[in-house]
Amino acid sequence: MDSNSLYYSLDLVAGSGCTLNVEQRTALQTSLVILKKNYKFHRVLFWGKILGLKDHYFIAQGRGEDEMKDKKNLYSFNCIDWFLLPPATESMIDEVSRAAKTRFIGDPSYVYEHLEIRRRGGDEAEEEEVWTKVSEESRLAVTVHQIDEEVSVVPRGAFVKSPHGLVQINRSFGGLSHSEAGKLDNFLHFSEPKNLRKKSILEMGKLNPAIDFLDVLSDDIPKGSWSLQFECASKVRVLRSVLWLGLTFYHVPMTPQHGYIYIGDGTKNLDLPFML
Amino acid sequence: MDTADGNQDSSQQRRHSAASFKAFMMKNSTKSNLNLYDHLTCLLIKVLDEEPQNVVDVIEDMSRDVKRDLFEDKQSSLRELPEATAAELLAEQQRLLFSQPEDADHDDELVETPLPNVSEICFYMEQAGVGLGREEMQRIFLALKQLVESQALLRCRLWGKILGLQSNYIVAEAEYREGDEVEEQMVDEAAVEEETEAEVQENEMDPLPLSTYKPPPVVPKDAIGTGANKFVYYVCKEPGLPWVKLPPVTPVQITVARQIRKFFTGRLDAPVNSYPPFPGNEANYLRAQIARISAGTQVSPRGFYQAREEEGDEEEEAPGDTYETNPDFEGVSVSEMAESLSSWVHHVQHILPQGRCTWINLAVKPGEESNEDGEVEEKEEEPDEPEPEVGPPLLTPLSQDAEIFNIPPWTSKMSSTLTSQHAVAVLRSNLWPGAHAYACGKKFENIYIGWGLKYAGEGYRPPAPPLPQKEHPSGPEITEAVDPTLEEEQALREALEEQQAAQEEMEDTDQEEEEDDD
Repeated sequence: MDSNSLYYSLDLVAGSGCTLNVEQRTALQTSLVILKKNYKFHRVLFWGKILGLKDHYFIAQGRGEDEMKDKKNLYSFNCIDWFLLPPATESMIDEVSRAAKTRFIGDPSYVYEHLEIRRRGGDEAEEEEVWTKVSEESRLAVTVHQIDEEVSVVPRGAFVKSPHGLVQINRSFGGLSHSEAGKLDNFLHFSEPKNLRKKSILEMGKLNPAIDFLDVLSDDIPKGSWSLQFECASKVRVLRSVLWLGLTFYHVPMTPQHGYIYIGDGTKNLDLPFML
Repeated sequence: MDTADGNQDSSQQRRHSAASFKAFMMKNSTKSNLNLYDHLTCLLIKVLDEEPQNVVDVIEDMSRDVKRDLFEDKQSSLRELPEATAAELLAEQQRLLFSQPEDADHDDELVETPLPNVSEICFYMEQAGVGLGREEMQRIFLALKQLVESQALLRCRLWGKILGLQSNYIVAEAEYREGDEVEEQMVDEAAVEEETEAEVQENEMDPLPLSTYKPPPVVPKDAIGTGANKFVYYVCKEPGLPWVKLPPVTPVQITVARQIRKFFTGRLDAPVNSYPPFPGNEANYLRAQIARISAGTQVSPRGFYQAREEEGDEEEEAPGDTYETNPDFEGVSVSEMAESLSSWVHHVQHILPQGRCTWINLAVKPGEESNEDGEVEEKEEEPDEPEPEVGPPLLTPLSQDAEIFNIPPWTSKMSSTLTSQHAVAVLRSNLWPGAHAYACGKKFENIYIGWGLKYAGEGYRPPAPPLPQKEHPSGPEITEAVDPTLEEEQALREALEEQQAAQEEMEDTDQEEEEDDD
């Protein structure tokens, strides 16, 4: 969620049970301003918190001119000193998914080790030991990247894509109406679209290329991987992902206010098919 | 004169052409029934009224706006459709929370109220980084007040909140009143009687072959007011909506709930579709999870409670089943509470693998109650007394909790590093994500806000279905015989006829013999 709206939007997502205490809130108000100036970001988002066994990571995200591509993630333990996370590459994602499966520890220099024994064909099974080592810092970078890829949400129309391909905030976005906000079709993934090209021409006909350049939440598999509810005396639409437990999105209908936050242990809910 | 005439002529001509032009401008369009003259008038009035900068650049837009305004008025003839939004409906319900009490002369005496101070809890919880937002907490506070007044509860506590897919549950914990116990038992007995009656009736109507299968003996549930049923729980979906009392939990429900992993839907009457099948609906599942969470995560500073003195000859009551607040409790310093887990103790009994808090010997008890042969046999088959299951006693320090999946079960912290003098000690459960406790001086509280699911390590494995039953031993009565050939049939028929003839002869001789006897 945008750092400028942090002082009221945290209360809107508090229904999931996790908030920040006053000390952290005030620290963020100070440090994010400095962060924005030092890194020359267009705007700064407070992205969330990843809970470790010993300590918690606070994550901030800076956005540049292109809201979708110019992203940089930073982490901090005390909400004041921020450290830049490396961008997640394919090889990093692969290593992390193999080596790190348990809970976060809370120490960026901790090294996860994983031993895999590969057998080569033939009867004389040649055994080869493959050690995968990955630090928690790169795991953190991968996790933040994956959560952004899979479950970051924006309401339809909040962002526009210019003919040059630049994704920017839609200044004239006035919010979804009450009935629109009740349907998953009007919430989009804020990541590179994957299913959009698979749609038929009949479905594409209704879409507006400036607004509908993202994937719709209602196409997600499995069905029911989102919980859509009214909260805060039924005035705020709250979306929770059950794939990444801890991701909460809010939108106040008829106003442009929206945002998402992740406060959780940073593990994907792989048991989902059993749980629905 | 000529010039004057000419002037007059030309001015007349000009006036004439102006009039004709005005007439042209006032000609209504066949499409929109508007005319240019009125439109320009409106436009210029708008320019005069608004005085925008650089009018000439935006005159087209203004013109369009003027035209659009004409159309908008026409829509007012449509009647507005009254539509009650969810917010309006809920606001009507929640208005009752804010109604003033009718009897204004409330007692000023300091009577111990059953209502917890939710605002204070909210304040400390917020420092710990847990909470539902201040406004929501205030609403829950008022809803708890409503519950306490309507149900005349002796003591009540905000237990927490369980998130569901369609709606959430706010859970309140209360103590049983005297008399509730009897009521519950009456209800149970009535239910059992009804069941047996129904069975009898069914049997009369339709005599089916009886199954020889005997279900394993059912573990009786903890008595009301003890063990897993020590407290009664009320839930509501939103503050202001009615509170619903949850049924007491049975050991089977707890043992099955340990094996399944399901989200709550938010409807209490929803079925729980799972393997192994869960006995009951979502209300029972919710109650079972609440019992498990309470047993695992309800903690207090060491020394706040003390075991109650045993009063001589109490029957089987397990030692340390009851506790009372320690009047001499001095409070443990916050830094100590944050550093060592041994300064926290469990104050809710551990639930044994059997699903009860106190172990019950199933091999002995049913024999006394009913004299059915089958159970006697069972008893004979298992002469060995099963080993009683024993859990850790009450008020065991958290430092003795077992590690599961190689992660420490608890994480403790100080709420603030900058002003540690006034911080509170915060404890977070890693096994039950969402369970938190704080302690500050003599005050402490537990709260659970989460999905109601235990941490399952790297992945949940559902229990495998039981092995397929053995096939019936193949014998002559079920093996299919080869059809006899014609010759065989004829041979058999002949043999039978011979046999019959022989028998008839025998009978004849018999009869003769009998006659001879007479």
